[in-house]
Parts: sequence; C-alpha cells; structure tokens
Amino acid sequence: MDALASYFAMGGYAGFVWPAYAVAAAVLGGLALQSWRRYRASQDALRSAEPRVPEPR
Amino acid sequence: MLSTLANPARFMRFSGAALPWLGGASLVFLAVGLAWALVLAPPDYQQGESVRIMFIHVPAAWMALSVYLFVAIGSGVALIWRHPLAEIAAQAAAPVGAAFTFVCLVTGSLWGRPMWGTWWVWDARLTSVLVLFFLYLGYIALVNAFDDTSRGARAGSLLALVGIVNLPIIKFSVDWWNTLHQPASVLRLGGPTIDVSMLVPLLVMALGFGLLFGWLFLVRMRTALNERRLRALRIYGETSEPAATGVRPALR
Repeated sequence: MDALASYFAMGGYAGFVWPAYAVAAAVLGGLALQSWRRYRASQDALRSAEPRVPEPR
Repeated sequence: MLSTLANPARFMRFSGAALPWLGGASLVFLAVGLAWALVLAPPDYQQGESVRIMFIHVPAAWMALSVYLFVAIGSGVALIWRHPLAEIAAQAAAPVGAAFTFVCLVTGSLWGRPMWGTWWVWDARLTSVLVLFFLYLGYIALVNAFDDTSRGARAGSLLALVGIVNLPIIKFSVDWWNTLHQPASVLRLGGPTIDVSMLVPLLVMALGFGLLFGWLFLVRMRTALNERRLRALRIYGETSEPAATGVRPALR
C-alpha cells in the first residue's frame, strides 16, 4: 500500500505529473472521440443518401 | 505514390483499409509508451520524477512542428497546383496540430513550475511556440471565415505558408537566445545526449503520437470528403429530382 502511495506521490511532483498526463489524455482523447463521431455520422448520412440519389458523376 | 492517392475515390479505398491498422498500432505504442514512461523509466538525477512530463511534452512538441510543416506543404500544393485534396488535407490536419501544440504548452507549463519556479516566461522558445498555436488558430479561423469556401481556403493557405518562417525560429530559439528552456538533447548535431533508458520510451511515445496523428488525419480527411459528397448529392437532388431531398440535414 505504501509503495503504491509513494508511486502516486511521484516524489512530490504528483500535482504536476498527473495533470500533465490528464490534459494530454483529455485533449487528444476528446479530439479522437469527436472526430470519430463526426466520421460515423457522415458515413451513416451517405449510406442513407446514396441509394435514393443517383451518382452525380 | 502520392499522385496515385490524390484521387478521392482511390484515397477513400486506401484510407479505409489503413484506418484500423493505424488506430490499432497507435493504441499499442501509446500503451507500451505510457507504461514505460510512467513506471519503467528511471527518475532524472536532477529533476526527479517530474521528468516524466517529458514523455508527453517532447513528442507533442515534435508533432506540433511536423503537423504544421504538413499543413504548410498541403497549402503550398493547393496554391500552386490547385489540387482540391491538398486543401482538404491541410484543413483536416490543422486542428490536430493545434491540439498537439496546446498539449505541448500546457505540459511545458506544468513542468516549468516545479523546475524553473514559474508557469510561464516570455522567452524565445515559449513565445515562438505560442505564436505557432495562434498560427494554427488563425489558419482554422481564416478558412472558415468566408462564405465562399475557396476564398477562405486560399487565404488560409497563404497564412500557413507565411507562418512557416516560425518553424526554424522555434527549433533554433534555444541556441540563438538565452532562455530558461533547455537545449535540444535528442535531435542535435553529434547525437543525442539523453540517456538510452529515457530515449527509448520517448521514441515509443513519439511513434504512438505520430500514428495517432495518422489515424486522426485519415478519419478527418474521410469525414471531409464524405461531407463534400453529401453536399454535392444534396445540390444535385434539389435541382434535378425533388423527391431526393430527403438527404439527412444533420450534416452541413
């Protein structure tokens, strides 16, 4: 238990190390999630649009 | 090879196949890199455990610069050869580069506070990276500022090209000016000065970030092409076939 606590304390730098990793995960993870959702929505919209409308080119 | 892929239909086929591999590889490298960076790598002899911030800060900085170069090259190709895919590529990559730059700035600040005793200084390295962040934001804003999307794209491309002068300023700022920021310890003449026990996890994380960029870029590029096609379908449906306007309006 003590070993774990001292690990998370990061030699006194816990307040800097963990927020750095958290910000990176939040920003990059958030961007990935947002990009993926919008991608899936565009795929779905295309799938439902294309059978009804003939090829434009 | 690039010119073969510079065709929307072929690009969609290739990128659709590459997507799961890029995503999977990125996850693997990031998982290994994180375990290495947070547990296995040794603390620094001067900076202690705070050095673990480096494993995100430095790869994020590398990505911030390389993605900007990518955006600028795409913009140049778009301006010179008027290739529409180049513009879409630059626009798909820019927000990802802005995100990496933001991560670099925030983690740098969190590292600077315990090591330098300050969150921020207006020195050459920090200021030029902040300028890079604003260049990204300016590019994104400019591209979206015009009703005529092609005018917005051209204005954005010009800004991206002009902003390229900032890249060597960032890279060499630590050599040209006195700064709190430490000089390069990996990409320098004469080889890396950083110890192997930190260099290897750093490179693993960098590869993970690079693959993540590849995945994000393809996802966003495919989204842009899908949405462009949807717009074309909608215009086509409205003008020639009234029954076909049932295209979902959820996306613009």
